[in-house]
Amino acid sequence: MSYLHNIGAYFIMIAEMFPKPTKWSVMRTLILKDIDDLIIGSLGIVAFISFFVGGVVTIQTALNIDNPLIPKYLIGFATRQSIILEFAPTFISIIMAGKVGSFITSSIGTMRVTEQIDALEVMGINALNYLVFPKFIALMLYPFVISIAMFLGILGGMAAVIFGGFGTLEDFITGIQMDFIPFHIIYAFIKTFVFAFLLATIPSFYGFYMKGGALEVGKASTKSFVWTSVVIILLNYILTQLLLSK
Amino acid sequence: MIEVKDIHKSFGDAHILKGITTTFEKGKTSLVIGQSGSGKTVFLKCLLGLFSPEKGEILYDDKPYSNLTDDEKRNLRAEIGMVFQGSALFDSMTILENVMFPLRMFTKQSKSEMEERADFVLKRVNLENAHHKMPSEASGGMQKRVAIARAIVNKPKYLFCDEPNSGLDPKTSIVIDNLIQEITDEYNITTVINSHDMNSVMEIGEKIVFLKDGLKAWEGSNKTIFKTDNEVVTDFVYSSELFKKVRQMYLEEKG
Repeated sequence: MSYLHNIGAYFIMIAEMFPKPTKWSVMRTLILKDIDDLIIGSLGIVAFISFFVGGVVTIQTALNIDNPLIPKYLIGFATRQSIILEFAPTFISIIMAGKVGSFITSSIGTMRVTEQIDALEVMGINALNYLVFPKFIALMLYPFVISIAMFLGILGGMAAVIFGGFGTLEDFITGIQMDFIPFHIIYAFIKTFVFAFLLATIPSFYGFYMKGGALEVGKASTKSFVWTSVVIILLNYILTQLLLSK
Repeated sequence: MIEVKDIHKSFGDAHILKGITTTFEKGKTSLVIGQSGSGKTVFLKCLLGLFSPEKGEILYDDKPYSNLTDDEKRNLRAEIGMVFQGSALFDSMTILENVMFPLRMFTKQSKSEMEERADFVLKRVNLENAHHKMPSEASGGMQKRVAIARAIVNKPKYLFCDEPNSGLDPKTSIVIDNLIQEITDEYNITTVINSHDMNSVMEIGEKIVFLKDGLKAWEGSNKTIFKTDNEVVTDFVYSSELFKKVRQMYLEEKG
């Protein structure tokens, strides 16, 4: 029953995020701050992970191709497909559920514990609009992060091929250009927008409606990471089935 | 003026407020006192509109809260100042930004006008050189004063304080009490304070409402509380030896 209650409360929270909007001059500042915290602040870790995981994907692929009849350019092809279809949109979103999600839950949860949300409500401010809406708007720039992850993942693969001696640069470039289907990029970005919405709202839900003290803030952050990841994985499956299967 | 008429509030099976009726007058400092769990915080949250009573009515200047439209409720809340127990300052903002916050949200003043007003109220609460500090860099007493400055910056008609002295030393508590009373007189506002602090009761309780188990057990002022024979009140207020002696001396003096 508590799952059903939470699902219902989550959708009510989303509906209540829009009425009684905060003054634009204040909202603009909040959005810019959240872009800085959630998007710009995540670029470093996303770049680091993308580059090295791209390299690892390439090395693993190269080491598993031991049949001399299989062309070397397949390493580039497999790297591109893995990174664009799954690694960048899904794997990075799981990482972001840990980084951005726990930040959102703990910051909103701390505001709940220290009565800052009550202070907003007493003043007649729609606290959901004030706190959650700017995060939702800021995370609409999340595809920008994923584009960088895609680029650096492939770049990492390229570096691994060259410096690891697994093939030639020409083969790798041939591979990443081979049988390119533009819809795969659209598919990746549709997933990215859906995941961005989840990354903004599920952690906010766990922070906003938490009860208790500092210990519960930690528990809420863990719960938010677990549920954001679970929902991302489930929707990844559903969207892949809907968008890619014929 | 705030009139409370027979309000009831429950959470599940727990009946917290069991029919409280009282009045808080304009220009007076009213204290709501009682033991932990007596329903003080729920009562205050009902006054603030954070909880809706199941039965009864709260009237702000003769207007029943439950009859107000959403816009009227929003306008009313802009006229309310609140000092929370833990100050509830926004920790991502400086002290000046915290005080300017209600002005940014509810007025169309320019930045310089807002800064001027915030500067004025910060001086009023004796905080002159703390504008650019973060709340975490301020002491408990300073945080309380910032919270009071934020509560009064938009010239409220009603001021609510939840345990304004909790966690403060006796000297700072007196400073905060006197500040709240001066502001109440100066701006002629309706002030309601939830408190455990007996010093506050004696110092600034122009009206005192004593709650016990969700009911109003006694009502009076800091003048009449010495004379009351109500055992529930005397057990609570004069639980310390010091206050027992003070009461004894007062009664002997008055014959």
